[in-house]
Amino acid sequence: MSDTTWRQWLLTERPQSRSQARLGRTYQAWRRLADNRLALLGLTIIIGLLVVAGFADVLATQSPIVGDLREARLLPPSAEHWFGTDDQGRDIYSRVVHGSRLTLFVVILVAVIAAPVGLLIGTVAGYAGGWVDAVLMRITDIFLAFPRLILALAFVAALGPGIENAVIAIAITSWPPYARIARAETLTVRHSDYINAIRLMGASPTRIVARHIMPMCVSSVIVRVTLDMAGIILTAAGLGFLGLGAQPPLPEWGAMIASGRRFVLDQWWVAAAPGMAIFLVSLGFNLLGDGLRDALDPKAGGR
Amino acid sequence: MSTLLEVENLRVRFPTRDGFFDAVRGISFTVGQERVGIVGESGSGKSQTGRAILGLTPPNAIVTADRLSFDGVNLRSADARTRRTLRGGRIAMVLQDPKFSLNPVMTIGRQIMETLRAHMKVSRSFARMRTLDMLQAVQIRDPERVFDLYPHEVSGGMGQRAMIAMMLIADPDLLIADEPTSALDVTVQLQVLGILDQLVVNRGMGIIFISHDLRLVSSFCDRVLVMYGGRIVEEIAANRLTKAKHPYTQGLLGCLPRMSGSPHPLAVLDRKQEWLD
Amino acid sequence: MTAVLSIKELTVSFDGYKAIDRIWFDVFAGQSFGLVGESGSGKSTVLRAICGLAPITDGTISIDGAPVRVPRGKDFHRKVQMVFQDPYGSLHPRHSVDRILSEPLAIHGVRDAERRVLRALDEVGLGNGFRFRYPHQLSGGQRQRVAIARALILEPKILLLDEPTSALDASVQAEVLNLLEEIRRAHKLTFVLVSHDLAVIAHMCDRLMIMRRGQSVELVEASALASGTVGSSYARSLMVASEGFRRGRKPSEVVSDRRHQPQS
Repeated sequence: MSDTTWRQWLLTERPQSRSQARLGRTYQAWRRLADNRLALLGLTIIIGLLVVAGFADVLATQSPIVGDLREARLLPPSAEHWFGTDDQGRDIYSRVVHGSRLTLFVVILVAVIAAPVGLLIGTVAGYAGGWVDAVLMRITDIFLAFPRLILALAFVAALGPGIENAVIAIAITSWPPYARIARAETLTVRHSDYINAIRLMGASPTRIVARHIMPMCVSSVIVRVTLDMAGIILTAAGLGFLGLGAQPPLPEWGAMIASGRRFVLDQWWVAAAPGMAIFLVSLGFNLLGDGLRDALDPKAGGR
Repeated sequence: MSTLLEVENLRVRFPTRDGFFDAVRGISFTVGQERVGIVGESGSGKSQTGRAILGLTPPNAIVTADRLSFDGVNLRSADARTRRTLRGGRIAMVLQDPKFSLNPVMTIGRQIMETLRAHMKVSRSFARMRTLDMLQAVQIRDPERVFDLYPHEVSGGMGQRAMIAMMLIADPDLLIADEPTSALDVTVQLQVLGILDQLVVNRGMGIIFISHDLRLVSSFCDRVLVMYGGRIVEEIAANRLTKAKHPYTQGLLGCLPRMSGSPHPLAVLDRKQEWLD
Repeated sequence: MTAVLSIKELTVSFDGYKAIDRIWFDVFAGQSFGLVGESGSGKSTVLRAICGLAPITDGTISIDGAPVRVPRGKDFHRKVQMVFQDPYGSLHPRHSVDRILSEPLAIHGVRDAERRVLRALDEVGLGNGFRFRYPHQLSGGQRQRVAIARALILEPKILLLDEPTSALDASVQAEVLNLLEEIRRAHKLTFVLVSHDLAVIAHMCDRLMIMRRGQSVELVEASALASGTVGSSYARSLMVASEGFRRGRKPSEVVSDRRHQPQS
């Protein structure tokens, strides 16, 4: 099929099958996203991150862990060491490339743990109301009352330092905003006629929440998660910086900045390269999140 | 009878992803000191017509007209200031739902006073007096009390009357009423129309009454413009409506159920492509 | 003739405010019963109380002679279904027509859903081509047809209709009213129709109740509307009002007994 017939098939007002309807819907959301240049830039950055993480072994020129302590300590950027070397004589470029895997690991795990928890708690609280709502929301409030980094610090201190514990701590501290969003969204739809209609069909509360209310909340949670990614990366970096996240010699970006802090005036590149990486990836997630907000808006379903 | 408003070949189009959508496609009409009804179903372009006259079309729309003049003033070429003084001063608009058109954080009385003072240099005490008079004119029994109420504290009918009072305080020559009574109960609806009716008679105003309700429009107006697909398909005196020629007008009349009995099944409107051409 | 739906001294109050005050009526099998009134008359609340969306403070609602249980069981929902006023709000914006229609079948474990979905679509005059569309791809009239198909798919005996055409254009209203009459005949359904429009009620119903401020004003045969032989002055003023505007009549004469009061 040529380009135009494909597009017609996707955009048809009369889809012939379930999959065509679903693909058409996805394509329309994609078109809304693609209209937004900045969102595309954000998407490019994120895809870049995925590629770098996927092919880190190929892209890295040297070992990220073992350096040349005798010959190559704190060398400035050059043709051989693109981003220079650090105080252990390790190639910073290779470390940044490998660090992308850790960042991705943190971000994905946190999203996979925190978003569903927040979504579930928020929708259940919003739909059930009454004491269920009160209890769940007060728990949420308790978590929200602490600054995220401080709370994460406390959890890591209790669980012990390490990247896995950092992930768990960040996940524990980042679900409350999602619960709040999901609850707010649930409250706006729970008395709508389409939820009343399905209630009149005899659907159980579980079914109503899982199949009818959650889909309405998912997109705002996704948007919020994407926007939060930057914060998660920064929290992970912050924990790494304080020595509570990834432990040496892992090439975690935050920990790299921490170790570069000592030389920041004389050997600026040691801290600058991982800093740039954090900045770029955070920016990418933020831009993409903004674009997704428009693209996934259920009210913009029409034209 | 002098002509107040002249519209010739008015077009309103909206850019969309796939080309242009024509909301209004070249309509012409005039309004004097009379009641003109514009009737049509959703998407017929009736509301966009009213908005285009006042220059309230959304900014992305393209409005063109060979002629769009009010009392000799060309509205197309008029600068923003002239339009602003005309709007509210000599042409006023009443919208469907007073809840959205009244400022929720200002008392009704103050809003009406502000409108008056925006168009006339008058003292506060005089403005207050005029406002109370106006509230009385729209059949609000206790103007002093309503003056100090906020829009959410009054019923829909009262809100719509306050809105009419606000629109009429500057003594406009032309009132554009877009579905002014659709959000109201039938009995309140007639009260509001009765008030409008008296004001037209007493002040010699012109009214453009935009509505989807053919029966209501024909009972209130002198002349009816029937719109379909962005065009005027028929212009007819309201009392001759039963002798309408265009099949669309006939169909609109025929598909309404009647209390005195109507056929089972009801007649349905068979839309024809050629009505659009 | 036995009453399919019987309502006795129904009272619904919200925080002490009586939305419905001791309403009493019976609907017989195959009949179409109308509830008319202005906004705030409680007409929609009656429907919501019947199907369990509004709490019953006092009184009883019986279906086929048996009082309904609280909460309503699945068998209740197989007997009683509802069509809502706003076709733009009553369909899930993220579900396709297919999913909207299959959902009730899945809930009740009905087999051969495929065939029933197709039949329901056919019945409301939409056909197969609409099956995989999303609500935003439909017009108001088409959405209301989908809502009717959804209400029909469990083959109920009683259909509650809450202003089913008031959000539609006049020509579309005629089509939907015709469709409703057709399916009523085909399925031998009992209707309870709520509307603010006397003409629609007169066209669709055999009997009707006029309501005002939560109370019943008058219970009459539909023929009384046609012949103009309603008893109460409120019913008469409603009838006069729905005939349209009459010039030269002073506005204060239109409805004399209405007090202007701020909304509570």
